[in-house]
Amino acid sequence: MKLVTAVIKPHKWEEVREALETFGVTGMTVSEVSGYGRQKGHTEVYRGAEYDIALVPKIRIEIVVEDADVDDVLGIIVKTAQTGRIGDGKVWVQPVESVVRVRTGDRDEAAL
Amino acid sequence: MDTGDTAWVLASSALVLLMTPGLAFFYGGMVRSKSVLNMLMMNFVTIGIVTLLWVLYGFSVAFGDARSGLWGGLDWAGMKHMTTIETTFNGSEYHIPLLVFAAFQLMFAVITPALVSGAIADRAKFGAWMLFVVLWVSIVYFPVAHWVFDFGGPKGEPGWLAGKGVLDFAGGTAVHVNAGAAGLALALVLGRRIGWKKDPMRPHNLTLVMLGAGLLWFGWFGFNAGSALGANALAGQAFFTTMVATATAMLGWLVVERIRDGHFTSLGAASGAVAGLVAITPACAFVTPVGAVILGLLAGAVCALAVGLKWRLGFDDALDVVGVHLVGGALGAISLGFLSVYAGSKGLLYGGDLTVLGNQVLAVVAVGGYSFVVAYLLGKLIDMTMGFRISREQEVEGVDLFAHAETGYDIHSAGTGSGALVGSISPVTQAHAEAREVNA
Repeated sequence: MKLVTAVIKPHKWEEVREALETFGVTGMTVSEVSGYGRQKGHTEVYRGAEYDIALVPKIRIEIVVEDADVDDVLGIIVKTAQTGRIGDGKVWVQPVESVVRVRTGDRDEAAL
Repeated sequence: MDTGDTAWVLASSALVLLMTPGLAFFYGGMVRSKSVLNMLMMNFVTIGIVTLLWVLYGFSVAFGDARSGLWGGLDWAGMKHMTTIETTFNGSEYHIPLLVFAAFQLMFAVITPALVSGAIADRAKFGAWMLFVVLWVSIVYFPVAHWVFDFGGPKGEPGWLAGKGVLDFAGGTAVHVNAGAAGLALALVLGRRIGWKKDPMRPHNLTLVMLGAGLLWFGWFGFNAGSALGANALAGQAFFTTMVATATAMLGWLVVERIRDGHFTSLGAASGAVAGLVAITPACAFVTPVGAVILGLLAGAVCALAVGLKWRLGFDDALDVVGVHLVGGALGAISLGFLSVYAGSKGLLYGGDLTVLGNQVLAVVAVGGYSFVVAYLLGKLIDMTMGFRISREQEVEGVDLFAHAETGYDIHSAGTGSGALVGSISPVTQAHAEAREVNA
């Protein structure tokens, strides 16, 4: 099993979720986060003063998937979240040792 | 006694009282979420402090019958003359009970120090602020109210500015220039907030700002039209020009902001309306509706530009007390030198001579200068003795938790309203738990 973590533009989140659901992903954890990558934030003008805004709002999606599905899930996220402009985000994959469903005690693939 | 006049001044007093909570929300929305309660409290506490002082000696210092242009003396301390039912003092004959006049003027004394608090948001010790309010209203506001608002009477001498014929219908100098100058002084004494100019420190809740601006606008009809001290044509004129100048100032601010920054912001709409209210305050009964349009547009535009001054000059007037109240109040007061249509005190545009303009400038400089100097000295005195500013750590964590042991918002399902999570053990319950173990 693998943990897929995607950090994407907030306005792309709904599209990504729909595409993943169509593929068969049954659950995910989503959080609103802030961060920056190579684009290094931006400047803003407010009430007559200019500021450097270091952090940009993003959506983080976390999904645990079976090994066989990793490439498909990655492909779906990249294809749906891509705008081609700076700040589209990143996706990364980590190995997961073990998963337990709290309600039943089911383990690993049966718990996904 | 006239029941109609009395009814209107009583209603106006309640309207003016509402402005202080309104101001609290206007300011409270503008600070960061970690200081919202402190901002509300700095305003609310002035209601308590100033009301108490008003009974003890404030009303006497402001409107007592000492033969002095500088203050009203202490003969009326404790309001012991209050058996008088009808008032014939204060220049002409007003047909309202003296106690009703005292209630109305109390609300002005309450909101003036509250206005100052916006300059030192996020970083003041609450006890130090309370002490400052006590000292500043005693030494500055009460006497200045006498200078500007007391027109003398059978026994008393008029205030020295009122006696010169200075025009300030509802407090452009006595309230707004006065508070703005004190705000500037305290911003200098306390210094800049941590992260100023780097961190945008945007308003945390603009819906509160808009709500507060709405309450201020509503209450201000009592402030301005109530200052006629009667239900009459003068009150009607003040009411109408107040509406016009506020509406047009909001537009003036929004246009400047759209050109300069690219957006029509809600903070700009709220600030513009307040700038208009401030500017029309001294002028409301002395200008025509067209004069109010000119003054409103000008106030909105000038104050929108003036709030940028602090960035250039480097003083952290957190919520723009200087840019809106000092600048707006001075603009309104001085504009009467041009726009006044008041019989005997006409402005330059209506065939008057330079006397009115000269008097208005004198009042702005005298009140602003006196308030600035005394506020600066009081601020320094408090800072050197008990300290006026919270520690670096407290400021970063938020003045709300440090000064009030509360947080403004508890929107997480696992929160307790004090920034702690449910289930974290407080010292008291921990002690109880240990005691139970020992007993077992």
